[in-house]
Amino acid sequence: MFDVEKIRQDFPMLRNRPDLLYFDNAATTYKPQAVIDAVCGFWTGYTSNVERGDYETAVKADRAYDHTREIIARFINCEPKEVVFTANISHSLNQIAFGIGRWLKEGDVVLTTEAEHASNLLPWFRLQEEKGIRIEYVKVDRQGVCHAEDFRRAMHEGVKVVSMAHVTNVLGSLQPIKEIAAIAHEYGALVVVDGAQSVPHRPTDVKDLDVDFLGFSSHKMCGPDGVGVLYGRYDLLQKMDPVFLGGGMNARFSSDGSIIYKDAPQKFEAGTPNIEGVIGLGAAAEYLMSLGMENIQAYEAELRAYFAERIAKLDNIEFYNPDNTSGPITFNARGVFAQDAAGYLGAHNICVRSGNHCAKILHEVIGTDQTIRASLYFYNTKEEIDRFIEAAGNITLENAIGIFF
Amino acid sequence: MSNTNSLLADPEILRELIMDHYQYPHNHKLKEDDRYMMKHMASDSCIDDIKVQAKIENGVIEDICFDGVACTISTASTSMMTDLLKGKTTAEARKIMQNYFDMVDAKEYDGDILEEAIAFKNVYRQANRIKCATIGWRAMEELIEESEKGNE
Ligand SMILES: Cc1ncc(COP(=O)(O)O)c(C=O)c1O
Repeated sequence: MFDVEKIRQDFPMLRNRPDLLYFDNAATTYKPQAVIDAVCGFWTGYTSNVERGDYETAVKADRAYDHTREIIARFINCEPKEVVFTANISHSLNQIAFGIGRWLKEGDVVLTTEAEHASNLLPWFRLQEEKGIRIEYVKVDRQGVCHAEDFRRAMHEGVKVVSMAHVTNVLGSLQPIKEIAAIAHEYGALVVVDGAQSVPHRPTDVKDLDVDFLGFSSHKMCGPDGVGVLYGRYDLLQKMDPVFLGGGMNARFSSDGSIIYKDAPQKFEAGTPNIEGVIGLGAAAEYLMSLGMENIQAYEAELRAYFAERIAKLDNIEFYNPDNTSGPITFNARGVFAQDAAGYLGAHNICVRSGNHCAKILHEVIGTDQTIRASLYFYNTKEEIDRFIEAAGNITLENAIGIFF
Repeated sequence: MSNTNSLLADPEILRELIMDHYQYPHNHKLKEDDRYMMKHMASDSCIDDIKVQAKIENGVIEDICFDGVACTISTASTSMMTDLLKGKTTAEARKIMQNYFDMVDAKEYDGDILEEAIAFKNVYRQANRIKCATIGWRAMEELIEESEKGNE
């Protein structure tokens, strides 16, 4: 049984700001005390740099930092050495595109969808410009879903990379990644998955999905900001070149310019990393696993269904993704610009996000540029949804302007 | 004078003004005329995307118009700006603009010369919307600067 009232006690933000209704979890999430304690514990108990420490606190910091690799390996079912720490998923995807880009040649195709976040498109756009690769888009339906049949039709020998979100950030479309990966592999293409909106909300098993690369951000799964993960199949990581060079990632170098890199994952972690952030991420993943990712997924599915059923009944609301079972509730108030509507909700202490959510090419699919996104996490409740529905029912142009008086 | 002032003190009227300028914006059509300079404001946020055009000759703002996709606050504030600054000298316009910027920054300002634009006096309370309330005004400020550079 998922005891949400008990879970809410773990989150200082929920205790300190009971006035707020936080439905912007696709943007970032609140942190449980366990994560705060892990970060502060490093700052107050064993601050030091990592790597080659010759004293007690440095060894402790080193172990705590590396221990997160083991935790993440359990969390997504891979080897600890396949876990690279980055600054966020944007960094992970840039590293992946840079690394793969060095293996591609002119005319090679990267296949993706029009529902991707900018972080999973712009790095590929650069390869288009610099290397003359081609980007092709698989068709998605009106709810943003890429069906396996459509994907198979879009695949061909020229496709070398398939890069896609497991769950998209605007419509919450759950893509059939396992089937897609199997088809892509028949053609020998590499499979890159943007897990920013999936890893925090459902069990993820990279072996079972059989993907080659996966990225996600700590801050969207109760962890600190400024930390991300890049999972890569180890043989691929070993072959891949790092974006950043510097201290910590080389084994030796000499004045003639030759460099010998360390093995992955260290090869990708130039410079002093976000040590407290990585330690906090470890605590966050442990916290999520203690609740159980299956339980989180089941509870969120129940919440979303409750939310969808109610928002669909509001006459003033256009609701774009009723059929999706995961991800945000995406909507507009009829006749009200998204930012005005979000501003109205904000003035009533309801935190949602308006805009095109960094997925600027999606409007061709849903027929609108700006939407409002209400995104839940496992600490949200049905009572909060009731409060939201009451406020959303009152979004009119008059009321939206009324907040200024 | 005091009559309009008391009208402009009524929040209901100010709200209506914003609604009207949003639903029926004034000077809301770009001109195909190369005597107009243009400023495209789209890089501040991913939401508002507006273009402002002005014809400034001999230090007088002869015409202003705009177009684009924007929220109520951006649209209405830009619409009011076009009404207010059209026909003014650039020096007069600068004074009005400074007062407007002071108002949205919650500083001291002279409300009388802002006329309808006084409707945005409370925008500072929604800090995230200050950008919206100033986007068209900042475009106009840059256009005036450009025109003055051109005349040097
Ligand atoms: C699907 C998706 N990919 C990538 C990102 C980028 O995440 P970050 O800002 O943590 O790099 C986000 C964040 O909104 C996202 O939703």
